[in-house]
Amino acid sequence: MKTGAEILCECLLKEGVEVVFGFPGGVLLPLYDTFPKYPELRHILVRHEQGAAHAADAYARVTGKIGVCLATSGPGATNLVTGIANAYLDSAPMLAITGQVPTFFIGKDAFQEVDITGVTIPITKYNHLVLDAAELAEYIREAIYVAQSGRPGPVLLDIPRDVLQTKTDFVFPEKVDLPGYKPKLFGHPAQIKKASDLINTVERPVIIAGRGVNVSRAFAELKELAEKSQIPVVTTFLGIGCFPESHVLSYGWLGMHGMGYANKAIHHSDLVVAIGMRFDDRATGVVSAFAPQARIIHIDIDAAEIGKNLNADVPIVGDIKNVLQVLNKQITKREHVSWLSQLDEWRAIHPATEVRDHEGLLPQYIIRQIHEVTKGDTIIVTDVGQHQMWAGQYFFYDKPNSFVSSGGLGTMGFGLPASIGAKVGAPHETVWCICGDGGFQMTVQELATMVQENLDINIAVMNNGWLGMVRQWQELIYEKRYFGTQLYNPDFVKIAEAYGIKGVKVNKKIDVRPAIEKAMAHKGPFLIEFVVEPEENVYPFVPPGKTLVEFLEMPSPSGSLKK
Amino acid sequence: MTRKHILVALVQDKPGVLNRIASTLRRRNFNIESIAVGHIEIPHLSRMTITLEGDDAKVEQVRKQLDRVVEVIRISDITYENPVEREMAMIKVKASASTRSEIIQIVDIFRANIVDVSPDSLIIVAVGNQEKVETFIELLRGFGIRELSRTGTIALPRGGAGPLTIDESKPLRHVVEHVLTEEEENLPNW
Ligand SMILES: Cc1ncc(C[n+]2csc(CCOP(=O)(O)OP(=O)(O)O)c2C)c(N)n1
Ligand SMILES: [Mg+2]
Repeated sequence: MKTGAEILCECLLKEGVEVVFGFPGGVLLPLYDTFPKYPELRHILVRHEQGAAHAADAYARVTGKIGVCLATSGPGATNLVTGIANAYLDSAPMLAITGQVPTFFIGKDAFQEVDITGVTIPITKYNHLVLDAAELAEYIREAIYVAQSGRPGPVLLDIPRDVLQTKTDFVFPEKVDLPGYKPKLFGHPAQIKKASDLINTVERPVIIAGRGVNVSRAFAELKELAEKSQIPVVTTFLGIGCFPESHVLSYGWLGMHGMGYANKAIHHSDLVVAIGMRFDDRATGVVSAFAPQARIIHIDIDAAEIGKNLNADVPIVGDIKNVLQVLNKQITKREHVSWLSQLDEWRAIHPATEVRDHEGLLPQYIIRQIHEVTKGDTIIVTDVGQHQMWAGQYFFYDKPNSFVSSGGLGTMGFGLPASIGAKVGAPHETVWCICGDGGFQMTVQELATMVQENLDINIAVMNNGWLGMVRQWQELIYEKRYFGTQLYNPDFVKIAEAYGIKGVKVNKKIDVRPAIEKAMAHKGPFLIEFVVEPEENVYPFVPPGKTLVEFLEMPSPSGSLKK
Repeated sequence: MTRKHILVALVQDKPGVLNRIASTLRRRNFNIESIAVGHIEIPHLSRMTITLEGDDAKVEQVRKQLDRVVEVIRISDITYENPVEREMAMIKVKASASTRSEIIQIVDIFRANIVDVSPDSLIIVAVGNQEKVETFIELLRGFGIRELSRTGTIALPRGGAGPLTIDESKPLRHVVEHVLTEEEENLPNW
């Protein structure tokens, strides 16, 4: 006989879980009383449950394994909600465990009772309130299986206190019995045939590779497809890192702040091979004018994504790795010399990754310096805002799956806790956390978690004194009517010091590199506050309501915006 | 083209399933005309019939999203399969000595049934497709309807095996075994 709390720990261990990011509370006491019996299960105490969810999310992205976060009932559970939504939109496999008031209190508005399964229905793949300890093992097994298989996503189990305390026989279910759950892993042969016929005949193809390639670990397959049929590869923002950016066939990423040449390539293509991406509005611009001359092959594991935003001429539902393996056998060697040279020409006229010569301290310059010092061998974790876009643009990602960022939800406050999850998941990797001065302050408390766990994370805070991305929109779309976007900031280095973290402030270009080197040489967390140009804008910029090729570029010295 | 669609689904009897389905439809801004749910011949399974307005492509999209719900075993749009549709209405209508016989005539024409009689009212049960039931209700309206309750449509496609039929060719349980492939097991952290 085992208690519910013991069953929970044993199941997690059997599922290969090593880390739980959690924060305790009244109804979780039986579980926290049980954790010491399972020292193999590492508990990392965060400072806010949102941090636990983001850490678990990033842990999952980096390892490909399930990330687990834990919160108490009521406010603990609701604090997870943003993090769960974030994982849902970016398809990260995550198990959220929440404590619940004892079963005999449920439905009576008891102290710290929230119907968290009700709250999270639209942002979970699966969730359940477990009312019987005897069913707990089965629910955990199902939840973890669902989270990790098919299109990954967050799941939630809500466990009342008395269920954690009840003793029952423990049997780890051998099999998962979910007759309604049927992720489709292999693409339909006839559709794959149609796709290869198209790929073998068109003249101006483009691959758009999304996060699905990272999820499916289909790096080699994607490379083979691109090289064999000489198709240029553009990634989505979350697809960054699924194809080496130094590869001759790599043409950056698309969308609102994507490279002009990437957007042009798509606009003029006659075939889009969309792989593990979902035609998000930030990626497509005005969707009715997206790739107007192209036929679309859409490969995704989630049937509900196909035809959602854009009609596909050839829909293929299946796991990308599997689909590409079959597809690659059917494609012939091709050359697209003139098409590729056209793209190179566009790249020459629309450079998007060159740091311009400038006296003051540019965030773009800093990102490039981080690239040079790390030689690209690092995981970049970002927060949300201008710095996020620059981190995507000015670093070159050659390492598979080395970019962790909040894409679908665009959650400010993601960066710092996510860097914790990334470092815990990949302890031997260098981790850089790139934050804005705004978002950093949304989850700044997690600095304490880093110190408590002595995590070797390099933090770059881009202090521009603004909620930069919003300021940029106010400047360019609302004629500089700035309101509610200027920040009064603390001294970030002193903040770091107060947490026991070493830090330096950098104002000048020449101090950038030494500071980066110092951070990397230091064991343990290190923070650099970069005081950067306050009113720098992110370009290219496809204003809302415009098509991908109507991007604005960095104004020329005369001050006018160049199309 | 916007029209009425009939979706039928086989779902596991678990708490929260109806919630998830309703939530998905609400998010996509569908107006649910009716949902009817009941157990079927196989234990722990229910069949749902959802009728809603929408254009074909949008309904197909939401059908796929509903199919994603873990507890939904199968879901199918049978609008174009010439289904047999029925719903039932219970109508309590005012009936005085002078109107009673006229009401009984209408009930006969529609092959409805009077299931309860009291001095000043009748309870009538009518079964038919949505159109028939609505016409019937319209005819009774003039007499004064006191209470009205409708089940919503249930429907079965005509002919042999339907999309939700469970048999040897389409068994219910394809038990999923979570075994890592060798390749998955050897996945590096990177
Ligand atoms: C939780 C949350 N609130 C608000 C926003 C809207 N938003 C997007 S970017 C941004 C500004 C971010 O400012 P900062 O963190 O300083 O980064 P910067 O753009 O200056 O690099 C805001 C407010 C958001 N994405 N997330
Ligand atoms: Mg800022």
